[in-house]
Amino acid sequence: MSWLIDSSIGRKFVQSISGLFMVLFLLFHMSMNLVLIFSYDAYNFLANEVLGANWWAIIGTGVIALGFVIHIIYAIILTLQNRKARGKDRYASPSKTATTWSSQNMFVLGVFILLFLILHLYQMWYNMQFKELFMIEGARHDGAQLVEEVFSHLWVVIVYVIAFIALWFHLTHGFWSALHTIGWNNTIWIKRIKVLSNIVATVICLGFMVVAIAVHLGYSNLLG
Amino acid sequence: MDKDINIKVKVWRQNGPKDKGHFETYSLEKISQGSSFLEMLDILNEQLINEGKEPVVFDHDCREGICGMCSLYINGHPHGPDTGITTCQLHMRHFNDGDTITVEPWRSAGFPIIKDLMVDRSAFDKIIQAGGYISVNTGGVPDANAIPIPREDAEMAMDAAACIGCGACVAACKNGSAMLFVSAKVSQFALLPQGRVEAARRAKSMVAKMDELGFGNCTNTGACEVECPKNISITNIARLNREFLKAKLRD
Repeated sequence: MSWLIDSSIGRKFVQSISGLFMVLFLLFHMSMNLVLIFSYDAYNFLANEVLGANWWAIIGTGVIALGFVIHIIYAIILTLQNRKARGKDRYASPSKTATTWSSQNMFVLGVFILLFLILHLYQMWYNMQFKELFMIEGARHDGAQLVEEVFSHLWVVIVYVIAFIALWFHLTHGFWSALHTIGWNNTIWIKRIKVLSNIVATVICLGFMVVAIAVHLGYSNLLG
Repeated sequence: MDKDINIKVKVWRQNGPKDKGHFETYSLEKISQGSSFLEMLDILNEQLINEGKEPVVFDHDCREGICGMCSLYINGHPHGPDTGITTCQLHMRHFNDGDTITVEPWRSAGFPIIKDLMVDRSAFDKIIQAGGYISVNTGGVPDANAIPIPREDAEMAMDAAACIGCGACVAACKNGSAMLFVSAKVSQFALLPQGRVEAARRAKSMVAKMDELGFGNCTNTGACEVECPKNISITNIARLNREFLKAKLRD
């Protein structure tokens, strides 16, 4: 299994699989957020009873965290190696090769998303699962109300929306690129997976954005 | 109509692999737009020789776009601003009177500079030696149609085989990755029954050699495909990924 570290395609394979795993997580996360629009009670039920500090939710959190850590460590390794492979001397004339902006800036976008993630975990997850787990005072069982409090600040909503836009750019390249790396080779399907990539990125980011803005404007908990 | 133009060329000069290197700007007058880019450099060198200066070193050979010898990073593009051609097929009509043209060597850790605009691309030869061939016993001539091959496969294999190994893919890549080259060389065999026999070993050893020689990790930016003079598709890269992963998972 050392080829997952030693070979370039092995490293890319790990990066793809961990990335695709997080896309699945984001789809789940986005779906659960949508519940906020309809019912706070249903959301709190999901957060406390279905997830909460249950053993499966703790294992799940651990697996997701591992996915993130692997993805970030490999991103750093790959980026450093690629900078080295580029050589010491840079081109004096700026590249005019037509490529997508996101494909050239995946690491920068990733760093930005990571910074957002730290803020997000501190605002939400720390107050909900973490505090309950480690018996820290003030653990919140009314997750939906916490979300409402956090999103009542305009700056929070703005920061979140900017982060979702960064995520959109990251995913539009990341999703098809991951499928390409695990060997989805086909001259017809390459165009389709690029379109699919845009659809997945748009669905995820729009879902997140809608909830953040709806909660801020009070269009949430519609069914009580 | 082609005109005669006056231009400036900003050329990278570097005495040897260890030298620091710098840009030098030369003026050229009355260059016909009908001349090729390399002919323009020939005129520049003649001018330099007449002035008693050292001519600019650059790679070239067939000058008809099939040998893969010429290189040059011109105004932000490997092989210049035109698409689907090598530098030797580039004409001066892509430039205007008064232009300053920046000419640089391929820049990548895998292609160290030998002198001026000439880089050492022997890394590609080493990758080919690692597995870019098929082993056959010589003897009687087999019937050409003994093994049926779907037309589509034959076409795709020929498209991959169009790679001339010039290195523009590496030069264009922000990661200094040689994946387009290696994937074309793996694909031209992987698509044909004669190449299937050694397919797993080939994919593994060529990728191992590519990594060993210091080329980067592909991130699918697609810059290589845009600049490739032979329009090699990045679907070959996905095929190489698949061939490599299949071989590794079978181990």
